[in-house]
Amino acid sequence: MDILNALVAFANFVFVPGLAYGAQIALGALGATLIYGILRFSNFAHGDTMALGTTFAILVTWGFQALGITFGFLPTALLALPFAIIMTAAFVLGTDRVVYRFYRRQKAAPTILVIVSLGVMFIMNGLNRFIIGVGEINFADGARFVITAGDFRAMTGLTEGLAIKATQAITVVTAVIVVGLLFWFLQKTRTGKSMRAFSDNEDLALLSGINPDRVVQVTWIIAAGLATIAGVLYGLDKSFKAFTYFQLLLPIFAAAVVGGLGNPLGAIAGGFIVAFSEVMVTYAWKKVLTYLVPESMAPDGLVQLMSTDYKFAVSFTILIIVLLFLPTGIFKGKSA
Amino acid sequence: MIVVEDLHKHFGGFHAVDGASLEIGAGSITGLIGPNGAGKTTLFNVIAGRLKPTSGRVLMAGEDITGLAPHDLFHKGLLRTFQIAHEFGSMTVRENLMMVPSAQSGETLWNAWFRRGAVAAEERAIRDKADEVLEFLTISHLADERAANISGGQKKLLELGRTMMVDAKIVFLDEVGAGVNRTLLNTIGDAIRRLNTERGYTFCVIEHDMDFIGSLCNPVICMAEGRVLAQGTVDEVKNDERVIEAYLGTGLKNKVVAHG
Ligand SMILES: Nc1ncnc2c1ncn2[C@@H]1O[C@H](COP(=O)(O)OP(=O)(O)OP(=O)(O)O)[C@@H](O)[C@H]1O
Ligand SMILES: [Mg+2]
Repeated sequence: MDILNALVAFANFVFVPGLAYGAQIALGALGATLIYGILRFSNFAHGDTMALGTTFAILVTWGFQALGITFGFLPTALLALPFAIIMTAAFVLGTDRVVYRFYRRQKAAPTILVIVSLGVMFIMNGLNRFIIGVGEINFADGARFVITAGDFRAMTGLTEGLAIKATQAITVVTAVIVVGLLFWFLQKTRTGKSMRAFSDNEDLALLSGINPDRVVQVTWIIAAGLATIAGVLYGLDKSFKAFTYFQLLLPIFAAAVVGGLGNPLGAIAGGFIVAFSEVMVTYAWKKVLTYLVPESMAPDGLVQLMSTDYKFAVSFTILIIVLLFLPTGIFKGKSA
Repeated sequence: MIVVEDLHKHFGGFHAVDGASLEIGAGSITGLIGPNGAGKTTLFNVIAGRLKPTSGRVLMAGEDITGLAPHDLFHKGLLRTFQIAHEFGSMTVRENLMMVPSAQSGETLWNAWFRRGAVAAEERAIRDKADEVLEFLTISHLADERAANISGGQKKLLELGRTMMVDAKIVFLDEVGAGVNRTLLNTIGDAIRRLNTERGYTFCVIEHDMDFIGSLCNPVICMAEGRVLAQGTVDEVKNDERVIEAYLGTGLKNKVVAHG
């Protein structure tokens, strides 16, 4: 029995990665859920909005690096983030103007808008690959670790090490700040309240003098911002590949649905539920268990419920379970 | 104040409003009556910009407002309530009222950050106003209740309260009294009268309760099958043969005859 080492192994392989991944999914789900709440459709292009935002951030990062500008021990990409957000927001507003507005005016059904967003997704995906290519890009610079496994072992004298990557710490800190700002905005500012009102009851919002075009624009800008931030954090933490973001669509929507579509708080909770489920189901528990059980009972196999190749099956399963038993999600959204 | 000219609203082949022409005089409390399905609510929906008319025009103080968006009409001082009460379910009753006055300085992010004091003072004023309205409607105790949880009648009061949050020019009330008890109905009637005389609101009121209409409205317009059937004082309309046939029924006709 070695509870301390077991705990450290758990923190190192499950908790810390799950927390960072959860924050990335939560930010992505927040954007998707806001769009659902206000524009009333599931935006399939959200994953590729994240990808495009990251592409912009990478381009600006390269620009900064070429000019010799860096951000100290923090990744240069954080410095590029505001510019990338502005570019993404402009792109998304343009898309709304050219594509979605047409269907909004026609009062198109949500299912039609979903298919429209699918088309937008393919175009953004193609455009993105055209701009940045399909290869893997690693754009994280600055410090690599907040604490390395070796340092941790030396400090504590434990067998197990706890490594916290700089990108993981940055992810969590950034997510906390962004979520704080978003909720302040939604709860306290007039525009934020208008958005909530619009999401609650569009008809009434219109008759209360709330300008729908403005609400829609602000929603796109915020969604673009959230998508870019989520994308850049994910890209810093893992690495950037144009295709992976498209695959993130599943965990993101699973998170939004688990929390209740249209509900921002739910999106955050959902993000962590999905992320931790995924990490825990695909983690090989052998190491942690070996510390916990008597030697004679130590497991032979990996004690891994599912290979990491199947990690998206986890989101899919969660999605189906929630839709079957709790269609409006845990925080009572607008029904999936 | 409002002139409706030969308005049509068709749903597929069905003519919900079928050539309605009417005028709502400035400063009046005009009653709008008619059988279920006469097209009263549809007429409101078209005037208030929720539905686009198939044809016809709506003028407000001489200006063509046909097909303007609801939020633009709101800023022109045209407000309406819904027959089936609407509310911002996730907000409290007080917040529901506080949503109404738009174009506040808290609207821009700049002000929300950098002019906190001014924004806060303004919020306080709006909050006081909301509390005043709640007091007036005798639902102060519900101020902090989630609007989704209050009763149907209370939602109707909230609908009326919303129109009291700003300086409206004309207010369209769609059966604001339905499902509200007698005493409160009288209070609402008094409120409408006071808003009319003290603040100069013009009202157009849909009601099925003839006593309520009788005590409040002049003139009264009766619609049936999407058209205006009769217009005049309550008594004139009540005694109109066509109105009796289409709406009030022979039961009342006998009563009217017996009485008079
Ligand atoms: N969106 C719609 N689509 C199709 N038909 C509609 C629609 N809205 C209203 N109608 C039809 O138009 C007719 C008029 O409806 P409206 O709601 O205007 O009646 P009303 O005079 O307000 O009746 P009530 O006194 O019952 O409220 C009804 O027959 C109704 O079924
Ligand atoms: Mg009606």
